[in-house]
Amino acid sequence: MPRPIPVPDELSKPFWDACNERRLIVQTCTACNRMQYPPERACRDCGSADQLGWREVQGRGTVTGHIVIYDSRLRAWQEMQPYNVAIIALEENPDIKFFSNLPGTPPDEVPFEAKVQLIFEEVAPGRLLHEWQLVG
Amino acid sequence: MANPTPDAPDSMFRYKEGLGVWEHRGKVALAGIGHAPTARRWDEKVESSIGALTIIAAQKALDDAGISRDDVDGLVVLPTGTGDLWAPRPIPEDFAKAYIPTPGRPEDGLTETSAEWVVNNMGFKNIKAAFHTQRCMSNSICITGQMIGDGLANTVLAVRILNNLAGRYHHVSGYQGGQNAETTAAGSAQWTNPYGWGAAGVQDAYTFGQYCRKYGSNHDRMAPYVVNQHRNGLMFPEGYYYQHRPDVLTVEDYLAGRWISKPLSIYDCDLPIQTAICYLFTTAERAKNMKQPPVYMLNHASDSLRPRSSAHTLDEVEATTDSLARKLYSGSGLTPSEVDVYNPYDGFTLFTQYYLEAMNWHGVKRGEAHDFYAGDIRVEGPHPFSSSGGNSGNGRTRCWMHTDSFQQLRGQAGQRQVKIKDGRPETAISGGPTPGGGDWMVWSNKPD
Repeated sequence: MPRPIPVPDELSKPFWDACNERRLIVQTCTACNRMQYPPERACRDCGSADQLGWREVQGRGTVTGHIVIYDSRLRAWQEMQPYNVAIIALEENPDIKFFSNLPGTPPDEVPFEAKVQLIFEEVAPGRLLHEWQLVG
Repeated sequence: MANPTPDAPDSMFRYKEGLGVWEHRGKVALAGIGHAPTARRWDEKVESSIGALTIIAAQKALDDAGISRDDVDGLVVLPTGTGDLWAPRPIPEDFAKAYIPTPGRPEDGLTETSAEWVVNNMGFKNIKAAFHTQRCMSNSICITGQMIGDGLANTVLAVRILNNLAGRYHHVSGYQGGQNAETTAAGSAQWTNPYGWGAAGVQDAYTFGQYCRKYGSNHDRMAPYVVNQHRNGLMFPEGYYYQHRPDVLTVEDYLAGRWISKPLSIYDCDLPIQTAICYLFTTAERAKNMKQPPVYMLNHASDSLRPRSSAHTLDEVEATTDSLARKLYSGSGLTPSEVDVYNPYDGFTLFTQYYLEAMNWHGVKRGEAHDFYAGDIRVEGPHPFSSSGGNSGNGRTRCWMHTDSFQQLRGQAGQRQVKIKDGRPETAISGGPTPGGGDWMVWSNKPD
């Protein structure tokens, strides 16, 4: 069973459209320059709702930690367990954290503070998901 | 009583720092405790339905206080259970005949219990104020204390139900697929489910890994604490394991426990059960004339952690729990050395340490929790940490920490009675649930 496919909504559509173009963008408040991920309806710092835009990022990050799921509640993932879920800090702004299954990395063989780079995986025809892969 | 029951407003909680001593310190008291029998799952009989258990627990609380239903003028109910819903199955016929239904709430009495259900099925005639709450019993206790202090009601019953149906808890089954069974991920799940971030304790497993790296520890060092929680649970007659599975958990058992979300193992998770718990609170003045020695509320405080990004980090958890400690101490007027009994929540055992260290209980500082666990934390010893045994030792209710605190301060904790102050502890702190957000209380058997 393939992994669950994200359903874009009004807020997240720009993000998923960019993914489908192999670009990673992060919501950014142009008033106070604050990045937010996941995207929100207003800037959490200054409260601005109409000055939120998107910034494309380079796609480099660092593993801040990982867990290995042996007993998932998600039906789609139960066939694939055990699997890694790493938490990746974006190099351009380490406050921004992404989840990743680190394709190609065996379960529980995740080096702490390892460098990762952005990749995209197809989860449905024409639908790409941002993912991360160990560098080197 | 307002219809429908309103949600408790945010203004009644003490979320901020700098509020000073709680204005109702020592003026609200716990007067009655009621626990229904526990079960692993609902056996689909009417007499053990969540509604039936609620009535049992409520009556026990009233009997413990020595009052009648007519004396109750306030209700605080957390209407949703912790387990799955009964739907889409039809309501069992015998259940439907046994109880008065609540319009618009088909699960009432089955997997949920609203204030309306309690009033209609227990015949409370004099309720003048009621609230619905969220999160867990701790949340309800904060509201109960505040509403009595504010004069909204004088004698308030706080109700908490814990439901557990057949099938794996929160997992996929023929009836409870829900979001977990979907091939797509919408709403907030679009950011998590595509990556499989959906298992018990994922957030706490991540933070625990950060903790171990920062302070040089590992999962094995959790064993003494979890073993001791189970030991305490076997001294708690109201608890699930005491009633149904009085087996000793050993260190070897803990270390061999299967992984769920490594580094969180099966014994780091609490066991879902079916039961109901009620507490009866009243004014300090009224409590003096009730059956049991009063336990006074000195303060309540709440917190909520909104992570900066996808997951909480250790830094965020430590900052939030530090803030909670400041609120609890400043609002009650106590210092860490004055807290005799400490019962922080342990639904996933891997986060209790943040609360222990934040409160600096028995001098435990950041990074020292696992060393502390390796010492003597038995109830008979000098550092009787988490004397309740918590959820880990008793099953999933989010209430053991409160009941034990009350019983300790009443001198009624039986085998669990701590030896501090010759077995007469004077103060306690209890609360939960998670570092992501919780509600906490400071107690004393003296009002000032």
